[in-house]
Amino acid sequence: MNIKTILSALILSFGMGAAAQAAEAGVAIEKQSWSFAGIFGTYDENQLQRGFQVYREVCASCHGARLIAFRNLAEAGGPGFSEEQVKALAAEYEVADPAADGGFRTAVPADRWPSPFATEQDARDANGGALPPDFSVLAKARGVSDPFPFWVFNYFTGYSEGGPDYIHALLTGYHDEVPETAPHNSDGTPFELAEGKYYNDYFPGHAIGMAPPLQDELVTYTVAEGEAEVPLTVDQYATDVAAFMMWMAEPHLAGRKQTGFVVLLFLVIFAGLMYATKRKIWAGIEH
Amino acid sequence: MSEHSTYTPGNGVEKWLDERLPIIRFSKEHLMDFPTPKNLNYWWTFGAILVMCLGIQIVTGIILAMHYTPHVSMAFDSVEHIRRDVNGGRMIQAFHAVGASMFFAAVYIHIFRGMYFGSYKAPREILWILGVLIFVLMMATAFMGYVLPWGQMSGWAATVITNIFAAIPVIGTPLLELLRGGFSVGNPTLNRFFSLHYLLPFVIAAVVALHIWALHVPGNNNPTGVDVKDSRDTLPFHPYYTMKDAFGMVLFLIPFVWFAFFAPDILGHPDNYIQFSSTVTPAHIVPEWYFLPFYAILRAIDFNILFIDSKLGGVIFFGGSIVILFFLPWLDTSKVRSGNFRPMFKWFYWLFVINFVALTYLGAAPAEGIYVVLAKICTAYYFIHFLIVLPLLSRIETPRPLPTSISESVLSKSHA
Repeated sequence: MNIKTILSALILSFGMGAAAQAAEAGVAIEKQSWSFAGIFGTYDENQLQRGFQVYREVCASCHGARLIAFRNLAEAGGPGFSEEQVKALAAEYEVADPAADGGFRTAVPADRWPSPFATEQDARDANGGALPPDFSVLAKARGVSDPFPFWVFNYFTGYSEGGPDYIHALLTGYHDEVPETAPHNSDGTPFELAEGKYYNDYFPGHAIGMAPPLQDELVTYTVAEGEAEVPLTVDQYATDVAAFMMWMAEPHLAGRKQTGFVVLLFLVIFAGLMYATKRKIWAGIEH
Repeated sequence: MSEHSTYTPGNGVEKWLDERLPIIRFSKEHLMDFPTPKNLNYWWTFGAILVMCLGIQIVTGIILAMHYTPHVSMAFDSVEHIRRDVNGGRMIQAFHAVGASMFFAAVYIHIFRGMYFGSYKAPREILWILGVLIFVLMMATAFMGYVLPWGQMSGWAATVITNIFAAIPVIGTPLLELLRGGFSVGNPTLNRFFSLHYLLPFVIAAVVALHIWALHVPGNNNPTGVDVKDSRDTLPFHPYYTMKDAFGMVLFLIPFVWFAFFAPDILGHPDNYIQFSSTVTPAHIVPEWYFLPFYAILRAIDFNILFIDSKLGGVIFFGGSIVILFFLPWLDTSKVRSGNFRPMFKWFYWLFVINFVALTYLGAAPAEGIYVVLAKICTAYYFIHFLIVLPLLSRIETPRPLPTSISESVLSKSHA
């Protein structure tokens, strides 16, 4: 009965918790390498700017981001836009304001991202009855479930990128036609897509209401002089927008991890000093 | 054990105070001089760790309540507001959410330590009962707290758990409506849960005070389970155990901050980042991990027992699995406290632990196929352990010889 056993008991108790997600194994999702993963993870400014461009030019026509304010785009640890850029960007948008003439006015950096639809019903009417989910915290509302025993390791690696991994997989998981790998119905008949649905490997039930939103060369990235060309592929767009969505859900991730590292380091050293003090006090006591 | 005061008021003010409210005398007796067995291991530091956990939850919770809005249309966004816009809010929120899990991790270790070393046996029955009461209050508090962010799991947990009460005959439906404040989970539910979630931690703190009082009458149990014989068996609480407990607390904070800073969402469920909708049911409704063993017992009863239908049966077993803990001091009648000296008990103890972990796993597994059968077996064994194994062991087991005193066992250990 020593510290080692205490630690293993702690590990055991968290292992029990992991069972919650273990029960939901689905189609295996390929994990991507993200700059914001791990203890020292931070967002890649260029990637967030590209992801923002994809969001703005492609996704934003249907998907809102009601918790994101224009000012967030200029905050530390984010896409790194300047205050002027954000001001100019906001000025391109109109937001609803009951106090303004006609109920609308030009947006300012303090405003939230305007929703593409006035009401949920409008959104459903425009999308064949399906509701395009808001992007604000969507990257944290999705996840990847690892089979036993692999989820146990996630508690030690701190794997928290299941959301962007799922989003990347979803955006690259479309098929033009129902593939042969599609599951059969319970009565053995082949999988059939309902009218207005698309086949996706990773969407639960495989029939998704969203048409494939990305295609190669859909968005033109501007590359600064002397920097490497970024491929204009679905895979690249999916990666960039998934990273941007993670930033929307966790805008302060980098700062959080930086503080965490300092706190952890402090605690480890402090624990060492405490242990030395404890030994000193207990020295000479048979126990 | 309260007649060991060495306190003499140091000056006139202390003397004046001592004759009116002997609070310094009390503190010296109970926080500093209190004779504590010298052989307590690190499992005994979890008492102090739990006090720290309660403190963290209360302090972070009070601050969160300053920024949180208990309304169905604003609760979800107000939690995000705390994370995004409140100074330090993301850390306070993460510590509160992760803190709930850490609190339960610590309390399970504390309970299982008590079970192994027989800390519930005479003269510590009241101490144990108060502990079970704290555990029940913690579950109620944690459940209501989990509802407050108003995500999908919040709302559906509230729906499923309040539904349990509807199974109770006669008073079930009125009770259900009282809990929800209406016919379905809605704004009144959220408001009363918020109110009670703020109240109950202070009730817990009060019962903790009683728990510590009940500890300080007979004094600590210890790994040998042998009573303290004389002063050679004990050390003053300060500086020996204040130091050891403080070290234990710092050590416990390391996994705590690991989760809070590097994986604050890993102990939760992604669905709780979707705002609650009473018309969209999540694919799996899973409670927080610390409820899973009892949730597995609730679900395991899917058959009617005579005139009792399966729903009420589940509630009876669910309630029974916790109520039975109150009776543990009288179910285990062995005179030997510590599992270290009970060769048969030791095996059944670990079997019970494995069974409990299995119930946790099954609580998260889908209720289909082999899981249903396993859940029934594990549920049955949970009760068999308390109702058959423990009473029987007390009769048939021959315990190993006990050391005559704590100091003797300590000396023989260090010379071995």
